[in-house]
Amino acid sequence: MSKVSMTVNGRTMTGDVEDRTLLVHFLRDTLGLTGTHVGCDTSQCGACVVHVDGKAVKSCTMLAAQASGSSVTTIEGLAKGQELHPVQAAFKEHHGLQCGYCTPGMIMTAVDMIGRHGASLDEETVREELDGNICRCTGYHNIVAAILSAAKSSGSQAEQPIAAE
Amino acid sequence: MYETSYQRPSSIDEAIKLLGDGEGEAKLLSGGMTLIPTMKQRLAMPSVLIDLRHISDLKGISVDGSKIRIGGATTHAEIARHDGIKAAAPSFAYLAGLIGDPAVRHMGTIGGSVANFDPAADYPAALLAIGATIHTNTRELSADEFFLGMFETALEENEIVTAVSFEAPQAGGWEKFRNPASRYAMCAVFVAKRTDGSVGVGVTGAGNNGAFRWTEAESALSGSFDGSALDGLTVDEGAMMSDIHGTSAYRANLTKVVAKRALAKAK
Repeated sequence: MSKVSMTVNGRTMTGDVEDRTLLVHFLRDTLGLTGTHVGCDTSQCGACVVHVDGKAVKSCTMLAAQASGSSVTTIEGLAKGQELHPVQAAFKEHHGLQCGYCTPGMIMTAVDMIGRHGASLDEETVREELDGNICRCTGYHNIVAAILSAAKSSGSQAEQPIAAE
Repeated sequence: MYETSYQRPSSIDEAIKLLGDGEGEAKLLSGGMTLIPTMKQRLAMPSVLIDLRHISDLKGISVDGSKIRIGGATTHAEIARHDGIKAAAPSFAYLAGLIGDPAVRHMGTIGGSVANFDPAADYPAALLAIGATIHTNTRELSADEFFLGMFETALEENEIVTAVSFEAPQAGGWEKFRNPASRYAMCAVFVAKRTDGSVGVGVTGAGNNGAFRWTEAESALSGSFDGSALDGLTVDEGAMMSDIHGTSAYRANLTKVVAKRALAKAK
């Protein structure tokens, strides 16, 4: 067992976990942040994407102990109170989901992508960068539309502010 | 995943000591993009994991003219977006930006990829073609000396890949033919016109013993660095991988096709 401590959505969180505990299980089971999903458990589907120190990573492929000392943002950390993050709002507006299972990972990947590319993001890049996120409901048409719309309205190359980061 | 114990050294010496203490049961953990999925499938059960991501001597990129040095714990994303590498060796930055997906590139490291030598890993093809040097805590090896065969390198028990260095080629080209489902290379080729005028051709994903140099193509291209120089060549089918995704004959043909595409892109 190890004590891990990390900032999650702006708050310091600690816990005693087995060293083999994956970050996604620490977030879901220890902290109760069940917005981050486990889809495939083989590092392919991207439902578990969170940000660690500002970068999108797969939380099913990282130990909680590796993330100790880091700053983690989950889907729960994006909105400001009742006000959705612009990327969440764009997914709602463009209906970028059906069952919703992949959506937290899609949105965390999209926020990271827009942060790096800003308003210059184009469809080809969005589709290439969604390589690690799988949606099995609808295809990707509306997801891509939502991301492009959010990128355009981000208006600059600059990182969109995330409430918790 | 079987039980394990996590250690976070802050120096190379400390990591080496932990490796020795592990008596062969410890494993180095860099980005973990191969090791952790392998452990989750219970295909590996290291008693100790030694995290290399917090050792500053393993990090960083330096570019001095055409001389490039990349620390072992540098991530694919850092290489792909590094202005110095993009200017001096754009094909190498391009290669790094096509590994896995964005989340994998944020974690996976060049040292980890090189030390693991997966038969479909991307960097080994480039490092063989460019004639790179692999640095460890005890010695320096050429890529030819380092990569021995599938998942097999010249690394000794208590040895850590600390860096990779190379001279940027005059021209380099990378083409990756991806399996549409797994996105791993079914065949990918790096072509390099080195500064001494010689040519390197590294092939990954296709061979039955890991990445290799296609020496016949190197000779043919040393006269004319153009795809047409490969027209009369064939790749030995017997040295190719064969699986449900493609026969060895298919991969032998693919190697030539992909090499030509890499040459067409070379700059």
